[in-house]
Amino acid sequence: MDKYIGVPICEEDIKQLRAGDYVYLTGTVYTARDAAHKRMYETAVKGGELPLDLSGQVIYYMGPSPAREGRPIGSAGPTTAGRMDKYTPFFLKMGLKGMIGKGKRSDKVKKAIAEYGAVYFAAVGGAGALLSRSVKSSRVIAYDDLGTEAIRELRIEKFPVVVVVDSQGNDLYER
Amino acid sequence: MRTIRTSVITENIKDMCIEANHFLSEDMKERLVRAADNETSPLGKKILCQLKENLQIAGEDMIPICQDTGMAVVFMEIGQDVHLEGDFLEDAVNEGVRRGYTEGYLRKSVVKDPLLRENTKDNTPAVIYTEIVPGDKITITVAPKGFGSENMSRIFMLKPADGIEGVKEAVVSAVRDAGPNACPPMVVGVGIGGTFEKCALMAKRALTRPVDSPSSIPYVRELEKELLEMINKTGIGPAGLGGDSTAFAVNIETYPTHIAGLPVAVNICCHVNRHIIRVI
Repeated sequence: MDKYIGVPICEEDIKQLRAGDYVYLTGTVYTARDAAHKRMYETAVKGGELPLDLSGQVIYYMGPSPAREGRPIGSAGPTTAGRMDKYTPFFLKMGLKGMIGKGKRSDKVKKAIAEYGAVYFAAVGGAGALLSRSVKSSRVIAYDDLGTEAIRELRIEKFPVVVVVDSQGNDLYER
Repeated sequence: MRTIRTSVITENIKDMCIEANHFLSEDMKERLVRAADNETSPLGKKILCQLKENLQIAGEDMIPICQDTGMAVVFMEIGQDVHLEGDFLEDAVNEGVRRGYTEGYLRKSVVKDPLLRENTKDNTPAVIYTEIVPGDKITITVAPKGFGSENMSRIFMLKPADGIEGVKEAVVSAVRDAGPNACPPMVVGVGIGGTFEKCALMAKRALTRPVDSPSSIPYVRELEKELLEMINKTGIGPAGLGGDSTAFAVNIETYPTHIAGLPVAVNICCHVNRHIIRVI
């Protein structure tokens, strides 16, 4: 059954989500991929302040193509999540509650998702034109110098995803 | 002798980069439609229908099919009776890529150095291969390559004793390991034979062959068919979420090799297998 969930995501919603659920997300998420993860991680371990408070937030692993005039964003599909695995347990510990990407996660990440009660969603890879229609606005909030890899605040409406790893650590790809 | 100005190459490459990122070839579209019709997994079918809709939106609204508009791989078969005039050929190609990616609202995904990782901000340089062929024409193939699937590609230096069974095992294991990361349904390019780098290049070249053009060598054609069946039986399915459609095609290229070796390269491409060919 399809579910409709607000983001940032609350603990009650996380608890009732199960691997395999088809979910439409509405609200605010932040984009960050390889370079932004590296920079945030290096800042945080040195005790520096991050450009956003991660607690309760959802990160979308995505670097868009440039927006044409009058449009909020260009093509906007997920990138491979596994490349962020090195940093993910650290950010989950800091309060990150959700991730949107595509592809497999490491055992360490899955364990951390269960430990901190979070959720990993997959959006359909290679459907960036379709997914861009669920993005209503986009604003760079940090790391502008990284180009497509900057951190963006996105307002999304009925953004379609599938729960891949739920808060109990179940992994849809391993069924 | 025929004179071709390299500025003509620049113009063509620019247009080809833009076109390739918004429109798939007819053979790829046909495979997608067929897969959506035949998929037995309900979630798999839903995803394939989304991919069809995605293609339609990309073409109508001029939004790239995928946000990863790739690193531009350019193959040029240059007739030996062609005389090139104007800027140096590689500069002309890179200028075309620069203009295509900038004017066409395509993502700039190239870093100048693999470890220092500073974005070049115009998606250059391209990866360029030139080959001298008979005649007085130039055949250009532009294939923007996304890295979700590129990262899942593999090379195996098998032993001659491993034989055809070893090749099958290698290809299927690469696909299994790629799973959802490579955005299935995939196209699987395979190079068998040659040397370490030759088989990799053949695997890349195989991806630019239409998905409905089996090999002209009878045993290779059989192998392509058998591997496609084996891959679709893995159940990986659309987006790796289960189903019958894991690959659209397995394209194999072969080349003579050394008595001591059996190199096999597997270059995986996602369902957005982009390539455009023009003859000038």
